[in-house]
Amino acid sequence: MICNDKLFAYRFTLFGRVLTVVLLGVLLVSCSSERNKANHLQITGSSTMAPLLTEIAKAFEQRHPHTRIDVQTGGSSRGVVDTRTGLADIGMASRALKPQERDLKAHTIARDGIAIIVHRDNPITALSRAQVQAIYRGEQRNWQHFGGHDADINVVSKAEGRSTLELFLDYFELRSSDIKAHTIIGDNEQGIKTVEGNPNAIGYVSIGTAQYSVEQGVAIKLLATSGVIPSSEAVRNGTFPLSRPLNLVTVKEPQGLAAQFIAFTHSAAVESLIEQQYFVPLAH
Amino acid sequence: MYRSRIDRLLQIALPLLALLAAVIVLLILWFLWLESWPFIASGDLFNSNSWHPSESQYNLLPMVLGTLVTALGAVVLAAPLGLAAALFCRFYAPQPLARIYRWILELMAGIPSVVYGFWGLVVLVPMIARWQGPGTSILAGILVLTLMILPTASLLAEAALEKTPEHWIAGAYALGLNRWVMVRHLAIPHAYGGLLNALLLQAARALGETMAVLMVCGNIAVLPSSLFNPVRTLSANIALEMAYALDTHRAALYFSGLLLLLTVLLLVLGAGRLRQEYKHA
Repeated sequence: MICNDKLFAYRFTLFGRVLTVVLLGVLLVSCSSERNKANHLQITGSSTMAPLLTEIAKAFEQRHPHTRIDVQTGGSSRGVVDTRTGLADIGMASRALKPQERDLKAHTIARDGIAIIVHRDNPITALSRAQVQAIYRGEQRNWQHFGGHDADINVVSKAEGRSTLELFLDYFELRSSDIKAHTIIGDNEQGIKTVEGNPNAIGYVSIGTAQYSVEQGVAIKLLATSGVIPSSEAVRNGTFPLSRPLNLVTVKEPQGLAAQFIAFTHSAAVESLIEQQYFVPLAH
Repeated sequence: MYRSRIDRLLQIALPLLALLAAVIVLLILWFLWLESWPFIASGDLFNSNSWHPSESQYNLLPMVLGTLVTALGAVVLAAPLGLAAALFCRFYAPQPLARIYRWILELMAGIPSVVYGFWGLVVLVPMIARWQGPGTSILAGILVLTLMILPTASLLAEAALEKTPEHWIAGAYALGLNRWVMVRHLAIPHAYGGLLNALLLQAARALGETMAVLMVCGNIAVLPSSLFNPVRTLSANIALEMAYALDTHRAALYFSGLLLLLTVLLLVLGAGRLRQEYKHA
């Protein structure tokens, strides 16, 4: 009987514990789902910017307890439309605003740029736009044609959906199906390792990552594009052609929390977050 | 009385827990089906020319073939090597050597797949590239996968061989049979089911492996024509694009997952059948 009593007591405490946890859970959920417009921000738009904004939002929430910022993706166009209709307080657009979007206001928080890279032993130092197009379309398959060694070009491109691919296609006026690649990569680091491991490879990655790798002594080199040598500086001042602004979009005069948040994205505090995502912060 | 109470409790709890595990698999299947339904409903499963989600072309056939070819290649390479390693360890190596060898295999089995992938990317791929471009290829994928499944395959095979009854071995030697005849006609036939199991478990692992394959295979979604061509697997497809996919593209990636799960399911069912057949033989 003693055993029975023990088991019963055990069961009871177990039941009590489970109940406590469940009640606490319910309480937590009901608290967090209670949305207060004054300290809640909805941000939607560009998937390029979403990871960065998520990080910035975290930092902002830490500094301002009781605020809540939701970041959702859906593309730059969704960011613009949601901001206009009021579904989102702030939109993300990884491009400049179009003329018909002038009813909104763009706040550039950083710039994104990509560099074309080859192996360090490749004698080529620059390629024209038409040459890059020919290589990625598979029309020219040998480095000799561009004054390099007699070797087959190993074309490295990015997976669908990556902002780097989007910017690359945009600038070189290519379609995704035009590209005849030998290797498709996911992130920048994989791209750099692939090019480092193959003297005949050509690829493109975010400028921040490429510069950092070169500084670390990785055997790659950055090619000049349209006569401009890629660098964070050239991206920052807008002279590098393969770059674009990362904009937060709002109605003409953002109020309250939205204004506060945008001011925060322009502060020096977010600079390291921007660099962590391989974007280029603006000069302060 | 106390014991029986515990037993009764377990009688209820264990089936419930087992049911939970089974239900989770079913839930995953159901979830995958639900998420991939928009794509399946579009009826455009294998008709597009190729895989270009931004242009609404979703042909999964190259990926299905890529997955099967790399996994099959790895299994074909790993099976004889794994069996040889297990036989060596169990019947041929002197005890101390066998212990060290087993220890090395266990160590190899514990290396994370991303490390194998990284090694493949910085060592194996450049080596293949020097021989025959572009380096990122089916061959690289098969070799890395082989390395990954080999240790566990041989450890499982050895465990199966270990079950050979001691008196059979003694009897064989007493009859004057040499070691190879004993291995060939007693140990291997006795362990057949376990060996098969080792192979199929590792085949399933090779089918689902993602990171290593993603790093060395080149990920081109085109039907390959040689071992040196790059190829994309279903799992790599999901890993590469899921973070950025929307709508139909997203559904197509879920469908990739569904295909992968069904392939493994078929494999497991096939394994069960083979085992049954062997038992009756």
